[in-house]
Amino acid sequence: MLASRHVDQATQAPVTHFPADQCCLEIDQFSLAYAGKPALQRLTLQVPRHRVTAFIGPSGCGKSTFLRAINRLHDLNESVSHSGEISLEGHNIHAPEMNVTELRRRVGMVFQTPNPFPMSIYENVAFGLRLQKRLAKRQRDDIIEWALTSAALWDEVKDRLHRSAWQLSGGQQQRLVIARTLAVQPDVLLLDEPASALDPISTLKIEELIRNLKSQLTLVLVTHNMQQAARVSDYTAFLQQGELVEYGPTDHVFTNPRLQRTENYITGRMA
Amino acid sequence: MDITSDTHSQHISRQFNHELEELKTHLMAMGGMVEKQVQDAVFALLESDSRLAEKVRDNDRQVNDLQLQIDDECTRILARRQPAASDLRLVLAVIRATSDLERIGDEASKIARNALSLSESSNTIRGLVEVRHISEHVRKMLRDSLTAFARFDTELAMQVVREDEFVDSEYGSAMRSLMTFMMEDSRSITSVLSIMWVLRALERVGDHANNLAEHVVYLVKGLDIRHTDPETLDQQAAPKKS
Repeated sequence: MLASRHVDQATQAPVTHFPADQCCLEIDQFSLAYAGKPALQRLTLQVPRHRVTAFIGPSGCGKSTFLRAINRLHDLNESVSHSGEISLEGHNIHAPEMNVTELRRRVGMVFQTPNPFPMSIYENVAFGLRLQKRLAKRQRDDIIEWALTSAALWDEVKDRLHRSAWQLSGGQQQRLVIARTLAVQPDVLLLDEPASALDPISTLKIEELIRNLKSQLTLVLVTHNMQQAARVSDYTAFLQQGELVEYGPTDHVFTNPRLQRTENYITGRMA
Repeated sequence: MDITSDTHSQHISRQFNHELEELKTHLMAMGGMVEKQVQDAVFALLESDSRLAEKVRDNDRQVNDLQLQIDDECTRILARRQPAASDLRLVLAVIRATSDLERIGDEASKIARNALSLSESSNTIRGLVEVRHISEHVRKMLRDSLTAFARFDTELAMQVVREDEFVDSEYGSAMRSLMTFMMEDSRSITSVLSIMWVLRALERVGDHANNLAEHVVYLVKGLDIRHTDPETLDQQAAPKKS
């Protein structure tokens, strides 16, 4: 049968509920509004651990808003109100006892345009580490090498670690930003259109990196590029006008979506 | 989610609509050509029309050319459009269907070759009743599977799948009676063997028509029912509750 790996053999329904030990993020009836205008409406889904979950949907559907909410990047925006719950490893991220700095260490984020700091490659990766705790230089060097290796950048920069990060190409800068995030050993990596400003080869390198990072952490990817979602993700969620329309195993969503709205979007039909 | 026959003409890209519509049109043209080949081959055999049999044999090249052309179109669409969901299923179903249609063309050609050799025989030919009987069923299966493809009609497709079991059992009993003819009259062995090859070819046409019907179910419902036992088929083909 089609996509049998991700299908409940009894009901033939795609599997999107995970036991607690396999679930990294749990979103329960989460709604968010900008100045009273709803941007996300009662989102409910589970994001499995050590998998890539892609969010697709038209511009303004709430994909990036949702991604930023996981990191509590809306906290300083007073016009934003929200309800419902987002739990990371079983803990509500909006609970009073949740330390936002610690949350952001555990949930790293990479944006559309690479944003290395105006300092050396080495210092870029060391930046988060220095904020976090004092480490012996030897230990810090090891972590930086590990982070750059994990971000598939070490071989390209190992001889020029102390040169400015701005000398790197766009694709290398994006991988440097990923290395900077990885250095503080997050549990989740949020990627907001990580390859949309990159050329096809750099894009493929980022996609390969995403696939390799799966064994270390949970990845949530927002992309306009449906082929990219199809290539790299294990699960795909389709958002439209702030609503979760369909969520399922990527194999299933891209070969036999359950709903007409999803079918129309991924095949480029008029709504 | 089930799709309908106009599903593939609603893209924002009109060019893509056009490409998919062309693909379906060409597949139907190939289906029509192959259907005619089977019909002519059987007619040539039953009516000892050797000129028609030669024509069928020669026309097989056109069927092969159409397969290459449609495969080419599919390759182009896959490379340039990277289709998903029902578009992807359409392209895959068409690739599979052309392969089955081409094989049906080969079987028609085999029937025509046997018709030519039988037309040279002076003896009375035994087994033509069986050929007529089975060919009627098989041609109906082929016609229905192509109609199901054109209309995205899974119910009709499931009828074809069920009909194939009937043809298989008819084929078995026809073979048994032909063997009796051979045992009764050893002079008839050559011609009866030819008829057996013809029946074998017709039975294969039925199998390919059955495959075509299975491709329709895949195309419309996204269910791959190949290699599935008959009892579970009816449950899967039943309309989904919305």
